[in-house]
Amino acid sequence: MKNENNVKIHVSHLKKNYGKLEVLKDINVDICEGEVVVILGPSGSGKSTFLRCLNRIEAITAGEVVVDGNHIDSKKIDINKVREKIGMVFQHFNLFNNLNVMQNLMLAPVETKQMNKEQAKAQALQMLKKVGLEDKADAYPSQLSGGQKQRVAIARSLCMNPDIMLFDEPTSALDPEMVGEVLQVMRDLAADGMTMVIVSHEIGFAREVADRVIFMDGGYIIEEGTPQEVILNPKEARTIDFFNKVL
Amino acid sequence: MTGLITEYGKLLLEAMGQTLIMALYSLLFACIVGLFFGMLSVLKNKPCNWIAQIFVDVIRGVPMIVLAFFVYFGIPYAFKSIFDIRFTIEPLQAGIICLSLNCGAYMAEIIRAGIQSVDIGQMEAARSLGLTYWKSMRKIVLPQAIKTMIPSIINQFIITLKDTSILSVIGFPELVNTAKSVISITHDSFKVWIIVGVMYLIVITILSKVAKILERKLNHDEK
Repeated sequence: MKNENNVKIHVSHLKKNYGKLEVLKDINVDICEGEVVVILGPSGSGKSTFLRCLNRIEAITAGEVVVDGNHIDSKKIDINKVREKIGMVFQHFNLFNNLNVMQNLMLAPVETKQMNKEQAKAQALQMLKKVGLEDKADAYPSQLSGGQKQRVAIARSLCMNPDIMLFDEPTSALDPEMVGEVLQVMRDLAADGMTMVIVSHEIGFAREVADRVIFMDGGYIIEEGTPQEVILNPKEARTIDFFNKVL
Repeated sequence: MTGLITEYGKLLLEAMGQTLIMALYSLLFACIVGLFFGMLSVLKNKPCNWIAQIFVDVIRGVPMIVLAFFVYFGIPYAFKSIFDIRFTIEPLQAGIICLSLNCGAYMAEIIRAGIQSVDIGQMEAARSLGLTYWKSMRKIVLPQAIKTMIPSIINQFIITLKDTSILSVIGFPELVNTAKSVISITHDSFKVWIIVGVMYLIVITILSKVAKILERKLNHDEK
């Protein structure tokens, strides 16, 4: 899967500090087109921060992040244009509470002038169908269950036709019986060949869907490889310790 | 009482009209002042935050009567003595300036708090989709912030309406000032102040009711 020509995200010597606190110390990783990468690790290991640095929702302190050839920290690029091609799904869904489902899906395509209203609406319906919620177009976020909200959030990102999807603990805030429906949508996306970076605690899902698992701790990538290698046969002491506790 | 009302009722009503004119202009400008400084205080830019903070602190820290004297007497005097430019400010203009600044400072705080009450995730989600800061603010954050701000804004409007009475000190013929003139003729301060009190009460009660309806309607729209 990995070769030099189709690197989608290139990260080298990435550092991120909050004041004196060093959250990311030295992250180096390349993610290829169509690859599904799951990032695992204990709380506070920096995995969410790392994900948020990839579309500069979090400003980076040092190092470089290159997405599709764009140095996202460069003053020359228009970060909004880059973000249009990077979908992001949040732990707490972050659906726009003042808009209904259809408006949530249409907002970005129309406002960024990718589409006119009719096109955006047609596409929104198509994406809602994809996540199985075409009957919820007129509902407001407060009327949806957690699982439905997260599926709408995924559909909203897909409406921008992204090349990359970032998932920040997409199932952590869900009731257990709703985790499956969200993971199914993600599974379908992976099968469609979407490049995905997923921060998750769903180890079963990681084993099933990930092309690569990255284990982070203390602001570093400790170990990476296939799910087989990292989850079932970890080499580093901290990785072994972590999976002993969670498996 | 009836004699007082038939004789001076029209005068007092006109004075109420003046009070309302001053209050409405002040509220309009206060919204602009408040929005401007409120936005300055939420921007991710320290100097902007400082400017907003200083403005709010200064206005909050100075009694409005001092501000009124300063604008009405102090500023024309300063221009006369420093630049030898002679001009006067009309009491209405001075009053509107004072009330706009005063109400604007409190509005800035209401707007800042309202914006900050909207979950940061709303802005992050909008930005992650490629929307600019201002578009995200306008389409997502402000509409949600306004809903939480409305009760405080209405409260501030009522306070501003009452604060017009302070401007009687610079001679603007609003309700309190006019009442004083009426008393100087009739010497009946008991009845005149009751009438004036009831007039304020009626106008403010109507305003509060309208505000409640508006508030309910807005909340209902975006269930």
